[in-house]
Amino acid sequence: MLRAEAVKHVVDALGDELLVACNGMIGREVFTAKDRESSFYMIGSMGLALSIGLGVALARPTRRVLVLDGDGNVLMGAGVLASAGAAGARNLLHVVLDNEAHGSTGDQSTISGKVRLEEIARASGYRWAERVPAERLAAEMPAFLRREGPAMLLVKVDKGNMHGIARVTHEPPEIARRFARACQA
Amino acid sequence: MPKTTEFLSALEAQGYDFFTGVPCSLLKGVIRRFDAEPRWGYVSAVREDSAVGLAAGAWMAGRKPAVFLQNSGLGVCMNALVSLNIIYEIPALLVTTWRGEGGKDAPEHIVMGEIMTRYFDLIDLPWRVLRKDAVAEDVAAITQEIARRKVPGGLIVPAGVLDASR
Repeated sequence: MLRAEAVKHVVDALGDELLVACNGMIGREVFTAKDRESSFYMIGSMGLALSIGLGVALARPTRRVLVLDGDGNVLMGAGVLASAGAAGARNLLHVVLDNEAHGSTGDQSTISGKVRLEEIARASGYRWAERVPAERLAAEMPAFLRREGPAMLLVKVDKGNMHGIARVTHEPPEIARRFARACQA
Repeated sequence: MPKTTEFLSALEAQGYDFFTGVPCSLLKGVIRRFDAEPRWGYVSAVREDSAVGLAAGAWMAGRKPAVFLQNSGLGVCMNALVSLNIIYEIPALLVTTWRGEGGKDAPEHIVMGEIMTRYFDLIDLPWRVLRKDAVAEDVAAITQEIARRKVPGGLIVPAGVLDASR
């Protein structure tokens, strides 16, 4: 399954969850699948999606926060898995789409083929962290969204990008303002 | 006497209500209070740029964040500040210690101590040096500037202001 299809399965399952999408193709694919005020598209600051999501989750404990991440982002900010686990944020959910590549810069290999990110998450204090086959993603999402966090669902996806995929058209200050409105609603 | 209590009161008076960071010996007294008093909700971050990310999330969720770091951590934060906070107009108070001030410190602090204020100038962020005899005034002034500019601002903490000694 291509990452773009997996992104669509995740976005289609969402209700009023606050979504933080990592930079690169994942954010663009989220925007293309469905643009929502309650989605924050992190277009720069690679590695920080989980930090931002954890900040939202700690500040708004009554809202469910889903961070949609890639393997490159998780590896870059791997220490933050420990922050999320240690914080024990029950409202923090983490979906990792792992294509073992830096998909936005030409599919150069990451090291996630040799590193089990879900085991790092479990060792860091995530209450649940499992690898799920891509073909089960759509069926798994509703149950995952009800899990007690921090929880990680890791899905292996195929390398490859959608041809001609749009960039996020909103200006960054507008992305932040509307996400803030959604957070504080 | 270090101005820890006065400083924390000034932060509260200015509405700060989300605290995260990575410690510095020049912030020992402040972080000790955070550790001892759960009501602050201080989040001990693993890296300074992660603290900036946590603060950004908390700000969008309606909080007013203050990030604590040693100036060495400013180097770690460059990309977060320029490709997250500045372009999205996400503010934060960056309580940044001044190791290496005047070239008198351990070797690893000398270069950052020398370039720190120019670092803030380079990425066009406001900054102010915290004075021992004007703690509330300095916290209020940088807070106002942060709100006016919608960007992070540095409150630079020299040795001897919030700690008894290095």
